[in-house]
Amino acid sequence: MTEALIELRGIVKRFVRPLDVAAKVANVLGAGMEEEVVHAVDHVDLAIRPGEVVGLVGESGCGKSTLGRIAAGILPPSEGRVFYRGKDVTGDKLRGGKAQLGTQMIFQDPFASLNPRKRVEDIIGEAPLVHGLVTRAEFGGYVEATLHRVGLDPTFRRRYPHQFSGGQRQRIGIARALAVKPEFLICDEAVAALDVSIQAQVLNLFMDLRRDLNLTYLFISHDLGVVEHLSDRVVIMYLGRVVESGATEELFRAPNHPYTQALLGGVPRIESRHRRFEPVTGEIPSPLHPPPGCHFHPRCSHATERCRREVPALKEVAPGRLSACHLNDG
Amino acid sequence: MSSGFAGPTLEVRGLRTHFFTRGGVVKAVDGVSFEIGKGRILGLVGESGSGKTITGFSILGLVDPPGRIVEGEIRFKGENLVGLPDDRLRAIRGDRIAMIFQDPMMTLNPVLRVDTQMIEAVRAHHPVSTKEARARARDALGRVGIPSPDERLGAYPHQFSGGMRQRVAIAIALLNNPELIIADEPTTALDVTIQGQILYEVQKLCREGGTSLIWITHDLSVVAGLADHVCVMYAGKIAESGSVDDVLDRPMHPYTKGLLGSVPSRNKRGSPLAQIPGMTPSLLNLPDGCPFAERCPRADGDCRAALPPMVEHLPGRAARCIHPHLEGRA
Repeated sequence: MTEALIELRGIVKRFVRPLDVAAKVANVLGAGMEEEVVHAVDHVDLAIRPGEVVGLVGESGCGKSTLGRIAAGILPPSEGRVFYRGKDVTGDKLRGGKAQLGTQMIFQDPFASLNPRKRVEDIIGEAPLVHGLVTRAEFGGYVEATLHRVGLDPTFRRRYPHQFSGGQRQRIGIARALAVKPEFLICDEAVAALDVSIQAQVLNLFMDLRRDLNLTYLFISHDLGVVEHLSDRVVIMYLGRVVESGATEELFRAPNHPYTQALLGGVPRIESRHRRFEPVTGEIPSPLHPPPGCHFHPRCSHATERCRREVPALKEVAPGRLSACHLNDG
Repeated sequence: MSSGFAGPTLEVRGLRTHFFTRGGVVKAVDGVSFEIGKGRILGLVGESGSGKTITGFSILGLVDPPGRIVEGEIRFKGENLVGLPDDRLRAIRGDRIAMIFQDPMMTLNPVLRVDTQMIEAVRAHHPVSTKEARARARDALGRVGIPSPDERLGAYPHQFSGGMRQRVAIAIALLNNPELIIADEPTTALDVTIQGQILYEVQKLCREGGTSLIWITHDLSVVAGLADHVCVMYAGKIAESGSVDDVLDRPMHPYTKGLLGSVPSRNKRGSPLAQIPGMTPSLLNLPDGCPFAERCPRADGDCRAALPPMVEHLPGRAARCIHPHLEGRA
């Protein structure tokens, strides 16, 4: 096995809302109020090899975006370490040089992620110029080449973001990420806001870039169809924990964890007509008060007493296949 | 309610809704016709800007200036809704025809308790006591699967999760047992497992209650599982219509074919997606001919010369195309 490009070990992220003055006063009087703590990410390990595309899937509030931000180095973990090419880069807010520039992020909302007051050439060209990847003299040519790379007309370089459609803006966001010659791209719901026909164009662009530039991806999405198409390996999260991971084809063919099964079963597909929708019951619990034991047990039809008490460990159930479910213990 | 009317619940003929803006006339809906029978589900599919939402708004008379219906008929149980006085329309809206929006907060007032809003919705149309209205509200909440509806009636909208809020909005739509529900992307913002629950509820409703449903969406796979009949819209016009099975299995219009090809799950994993080149045209300056011609692999001079008529190529299967895919069909 080759060395991981990026490795996350035992990552925990807690968001704490401290008590306000009124609550502190109330506590002095014996109210016993506690700080609100959200366990957004709860002991997650993830290693991504160079050239691999890993899909990170989960519903809202499962911590997938938080994990992506920790991997990108824009959010420090509460516990755990982040390694980039074997080097510990945890907490380096500006990861200095290669690790930081090498990791770039593409965001969901192509309207909010571009500075509306900057021209496209500045959005794309600023970072490479600052980091000395190009000189002032090469600037124009470099921006044009990058625009061309993502399928935009280079003559658009003097325009502002509002002059572009959603799909074109997302391409500008991709061009901005590519401009610093990254090795690792984190795409956080990067195609969720796009129409189907435009989404296909952007997904094709991602696949072309991977082939041509030998990129590694962490592809965060709630859209299982997109993830299935693009990823080599899939990681499923539920309420801050990884519940299952494995090679895409196998995981989609035979999901092991009841949550994965429910998730895959709930996806509408063009092939399944006039179906009777048989939903998973229950709500996604609040991450403020996750259920004890296995987080999925209140919605799981196989849940036993043990599931209510004991957190299932993520164990290998087949080569390269991990699942966190007590049912696997027989 | 049992008027003995035998025709379709809703019949739309040659609907044109235009917006008279400073930049010119935006033909958001331009010659749309369809009908829907009792207890049937129609999927109205299209990408952003295709006019699907404005079609739904037009039916309910919700189009605000500078937009207005310039032509066409909307016959609800035989009665033409176009040009109906406001008070007549208001009597129908929320009673015999209801709408569910993408964002439940379009339906809900954030500063009023759910019971206040629901009782008002009942009493606006039916002279019943508050107690009776409250009982109906509770039953409606129960029908959409909200646990302990009696207690939840006293809650404010912000105390519900996104999926629950959408259920409350659906419950309000159901309050007066409408004959027609127009649902505009009601599950787009929801998670997969929650979407499955909502689809299950609306499906049950149409099957058991004989309610007709127009499901407006960009998601072909939801339509595949839910609808009986589908209309694909492009640039304000219906490009193709027919039964769900036939349209999805044997699309005639190149746009429908392209749209189906762009869905990741219909492509071999990792292979390039069959993308539609270009982007949706601006509705301000539509070309004279077929609006899809610029993106169409089959287009020729005839397509650009004049708008192709909607032709019923096979019984119940119409497409607005002069070079339809009819390979292998009688």
